[in-house]
Amino acid sequence: MSNVFPDLESSAPPVVITDLHKSFGDNEVLKGIDLTVAQGEVVCVIGPSGSGKSTLLRCINLLEMPTSGSIRLLGAEMTDPDVELNQVRTHVGMVFQSFNLFPNMTAIGNCIIAQRQVLKRSKAEAIEIAKRNLELVGLADRMSYHPAQLSGGQQQRVAIARALSMDPKVMLFDEPTAALDPELVGDVLAVMRDLAEAGMTMVVVTHEMLFARDVSDRTIFMDGGVIVEEGPSAELVVAPREKRTQVFLKRVLDPTHVEDSELGELEPD
Amino acid sequence: MLYLRPTVRDRAGKWASYAVGVAVLAVVAFTADWPTIMHQFFNLEVAAQMWPAIVTVALKNTLWMTFASFVLGMSLAIVLAVLKVAGGPLGWFAVVFIEFFRGIPALLTIFGAAFVIPIAFGGFKIPGDRVGAAILGLTLVTGAYGAEIIRAGIQAVPRGQLEAARSLGMGSGQTTFWIVLPQALRIVIPPMTNELVMLLKDSSLVFIVGLGVFEKELTTFGRDALSTTGSPTPLFMVAIAYLVITLPLTYLVGLLEKRLDTKR
Repeated sequence: MSNVFPDLESSAPPVVITDLHKSFGDNEVLKGIDLTVAQGEVVCVIGPSGSGKSTLLRCINLLEMPTSGSIRLLGAEMTDPDVELNQVRTHVGMVFQSFNLFPNMTAIGNCIIAQRQVLKRSKAEAIEIAKRNLELVGLADRMSYHPAQLSGGQQQRVAIARALSMDPKVMLFDEPTAALDPELVGDVLAVMRDLAEAGMTMVVVTHEMLFARDVSDRTIFMDGGVIVEEGPSAELVVAPREKRTQVFLKRVLDPTHVEDSELGELEPD
Repeated sequence: MLYLRPTVRDRAGKWASYAVGVAVLAVVAFTADWPTIMHQFFNLEVAAQMWPAIVTVALKNTLWMTFASFVLGMSLAIVLAVLKVAGGPLGWFAVVFIEFFRGIPALLTIFGAAFVIPIAFGGFKIPGDRVGAAILGLTLVTGAYGAEIIRAGIQAVPRGQLEAARSLGMGSGQTTFWIVLPQALRIVIPPMTNELVMLLKDSSLVFIVGLGVFEKELTTFGRDALSTTGSPTPLFMVAIAYLVITLPLTYLVGLLEKRLDTKR
């Protein structure tokens, strides 16, 4: 008998994925993934496009229906048809590549709507919490702006504040900086770093190798629907063991785009 | 072939089409029997007899019947569109309803509302009697056409919006009501305004239910005036009355479309 409700008090690992498979038609995107994320752990998932890393992330809160396997999220078995999906998702924040803010609401409105409708918080309390989270992401002065009036980086930070307003136990990030102009990436990563340091459990699909190296506890390299290599970020990003990981990292940290000195910095001592 | 720079050629073409247009107008103007036309179609004496009833009765009835059917029809359309998008047995019901009323003439629907329903449902009285039946008929027609417009609007809302709402723990009903519908209704403002113009003109069909003296809308009023005065002038006045409403609305649609375009 699997658990269909989230358990918020448990100190067990909040994400436990076992032998996860996902196919789109004949195309098998995930070919048996096993992944456990401990309480307070920050895990980065890297890999070439088409490797299945975004699909893996979207399977965790069941935005994609897995073909087979098991996903335990906050103790609830997500693949059980009886699982209280909305209850589990309420406690799992998600940040998207394309922000997906609600364009017809202000920044603070975006942060309030689910608090009111899902958590049934009072208006005053919801506003209070939304304000606190918008301040946290550095947008205290943009609360009454609509998404169209904000830069990409600001929109993404509102999206993070929106997710945080639900008091999530786990945060999922799906390439949160991939759609941003380069000079705006830093603001978003800084917010995510603060969040990691505050002890949030995070799974981050990203192309930001320096973020993976410096902020995450563990990095996972995926290619062709499998986990090729995983390990402590400081080791995996700096000195990968597998050939495919080495080739990928070399390509991402293309010398024509990175200073020689920075490359040198990435080499092990 | 004679070579002209595009601008010159365009200008020459433009002048040629103006010249043809003016020539046609001139021929029509010189051959038409103006005194008879003025007397028949723009007879001021006849026009004076219709004043002020054409506004206080006919235009007023047209406007409020249109408004009532639009509000009721849109409410019906939203329900039908949500059911259709949701699918399932109720979705099928919505599809059948929509296709039925889009597939038959509006005149038939109004006739049915007035004469079939009371017979089929054993003397069931529609509130508002004949006018009520007319509004019911127009509501069914607007509901069916409007449902397809709103369905298109719902499907135009980006998938990411649904995913964001669901990932916050919102249920499908909450997502539809708070996230999808507000955006969908915004998207469909221009086609809906068009639908309102169509409805305004379709309200001319309610003559079929047999309206009383103070229930007449514009077209019924014009037709009856035509037979009592023996002059076609009332029809022209009615036409002008419609245009006074429809032209600004059509212009408004253009503005709205432009505004929505720049906002994207």
